[in-house]
Amino acid sequence: MTDVDASDLPAGARLSDELESLRKTVEEFAHDVVAPTIADFYEREAFPYEIVRQMGQMGLFGLPFPEEYGGMGGNYFALCIALEELARVDSSVAITLEAAVSLGAMPIYRFGTEEQKREWLPRLCSGELLGAFGLTEPGGGSDAGATLTRARLDGDEWLISGTKAFITNSGTDITGLVTVTAVTGELPDGRKEISSIIVPSATPGFTVSKKYSKVGWNASDTRELSFTDVRVPAANLLGERGRGYAQFLSILDEGRIAIAALGVGLAQGCVDESVKYATTREAFGRPIGDNQAIAFKVADMEVRAHTARLAYYDAAARMLRGEPFKRQAAIAKLYSSEIAVTNAREATQVHGGYGFMNEYPVARMWRDSKILEIGEGTSEVQRMLIARDLGL
Amino acid sequence: MNIVVCVKQVPDTWSEKRLNDEDNTLDRAATDPVMNEMDEYAVEEALRIKEMHGGEVTVLCMGPDAATETVRKSLSMGVDKAIHVLDEGLHGSDALATSLVLSAALGTLADSGGFDLVVLGSESSDARMSVVPAMLAERLGLPQLTFAKEVSIDAADGGGGTVTIKRLTDDGYQVIEASLPAVVSVVEKINEPRYPSFKGIMAAKKKPVDTKSLADLGVESADVGLGGAWSAVESFETAPPRQAGTIVTDEGDGASKLAEFLASKKFI
Repeated sequence: MTDVDASDLPAGARLSDELESLRKTVEEFAHDVVAPTIADFYEREAFPYEIVRQMGQMGLFGLPFPEEYGGMGGNYFALCIALEELARVDSSVAITLEAAVSLGAMPIYRFGTEEQKREWLPRLCSGELLGAFGLTEPGGGSDAGATLTRARLDGDEWLISGTKAFITNSGTDITGLVTVTAVTGELPDGRKEISSIIVPSATPGFTVSKKYSKVGWNASDTRELSFTDVRVPAANLLGERGRGYAQFLSILDEGRIAIAALGVGLAQGCVDESVKYATTREAFGRPIGDNQAIAFKVADMEVRAHTARLAYYDAAARMLRGEPFKRQAAIAKLYSSEIAVTNAREATQVHGGYGFMNEYPVARMWRDSKILEIGEGTSEVQRMLIARDLGL
Repeated sequence: MNIVVCVKQVPDTWSEKRLNDEDNTLDRAATDPVMNEMDEYAVEEALRIKEMHGGEVTVLCMGPDAATETVRKSLSMGVDKAIHVLDEGLHGSDALATSLVLSAALGTLADSGGFDLVVLGSESSDARMSVVPAMLAERLGLPQLTFAKEVSIDAADGGGGTVTIKRLTDDGYQVIEASLPAVVSVVEKINEPRYPSFKGIMAAKKKPVDTKSLADLGVESADVGLGGAWSAVESFETAPPRQAGTIVTDEGDGASKLAEFLASKKFI
């Protein structure tokens, strides 16, 4: 054997000591704080303010941001590690963190002026405030060019009118702002000019409707928003005018890696719960895990979770090295969300009748899994992106 | 205000523990090691006192190489520096030996400004004897304030001052005051320990950890370890599996049946 330089080897699924400490800390928090209480919030469709407050104290909302803005000085991968560990136990709190960081705070960090960053980021990083991103409309999700919300300059103010749908974190008591995409004019080629504008909560004319009744993610906050002649200062434009479309495309590319982490967490949580159940539940005089039909099912679940994890680690590493990562992010998001659905279905099967009871965590995972194939780009959109990237 | 917190690494509280067949000591390899839970409360309390009164918090840990994890966790929570007493001769040490080593380690701090307060968890989740804080205070010749559910400090300018605790008892609590320096042990009612933040985790990397051997502390190896232990585990048996409980069926007389059961066990 010749000596091998570690830098010649793929990094695989190994974490640095610091990220492993972070992973363990979030694992402990999820186990000790989230697991015992979340079922009640889920059943009541209530937002878990106390859990979110503690996540803020741990600095989870500031993970990928520099310390000068109140962040933790980590990176996007650190965020993904935290998301995975939370989603192993519960997806509602995981999506609350994901949306708050990657959709709420990240556009301000990435595209905001120094004043906007100083105004918003410290409170978003501490979890004192949540930010939301208003992109999807009732008539269009993946087709972002179909945006109908309009904004026009009236003196030194934007005047915004329109409706947004399925907006996470937009109606909590601690929601501070929603970044809204709106048509601000027409480009020379006739296409719409789309820009992003920061709308603080409680701006007159900005109405938050009551919560949707959802199949899953029931302890997260999802609302329809309406804007009727909402006035905000011209300075609330986020980034350059007309760059809104390009901005959210880049935000969504990153967001796919975070959703992949959520999918892997859910898929791993299904393994955790299935191992626990299959080793304690007995049928015909022995634990059901002694039967190959169950044992192989659980082994396959672990295979899926592990391979999906490698996919998102790779996408995150490419992104942080500054390399092209669009295809790998789409692969990770597509694969993780689909195996999350598969693992949730199989974990429910392992649990038999109990798996169909809402009091069992796997039932919650089953209900939470489906949206992963839809949110932040459907599986169909991911396949389209991958195929295009292959030149098809 | 210089505070030292003594922390211990223990087998995961919720796992099944085993003893080694050769020397009847705890099999530490069989379970995941974690920081003793009660010690997290001690660290938290020390950090809160520091936040109010300023100063520095040091953790003191006696344990094998793997106890580095517990040291690092303390540092991630916000502790400033650490002393890790690491020596193969320590294997099998009992509570007396532990208190001897901890007091020797605290003695070495005299050169660097000493300490005003030593905080410990009131018990470890493996041995559960609750005697080390008292033994340590005795060896140091300092006041001992044990089982604190509340601690307040009245620091005097230029060092000294007093510490007052509410000491948890079976019936309520006692208020105890002592002059500083002093030794305090805390119970889990005292606070809610923080989780380390990522910033804390990153900062912990750069914090000093001073590793000391028995020779560094001037402790004779004959006085510690299995050989120096005053108590020995002669033999052990695993606990019998839990018996099935009594099921009381309510046929209109459920309450009186429950009362009879409780009375028969002398609970009422």
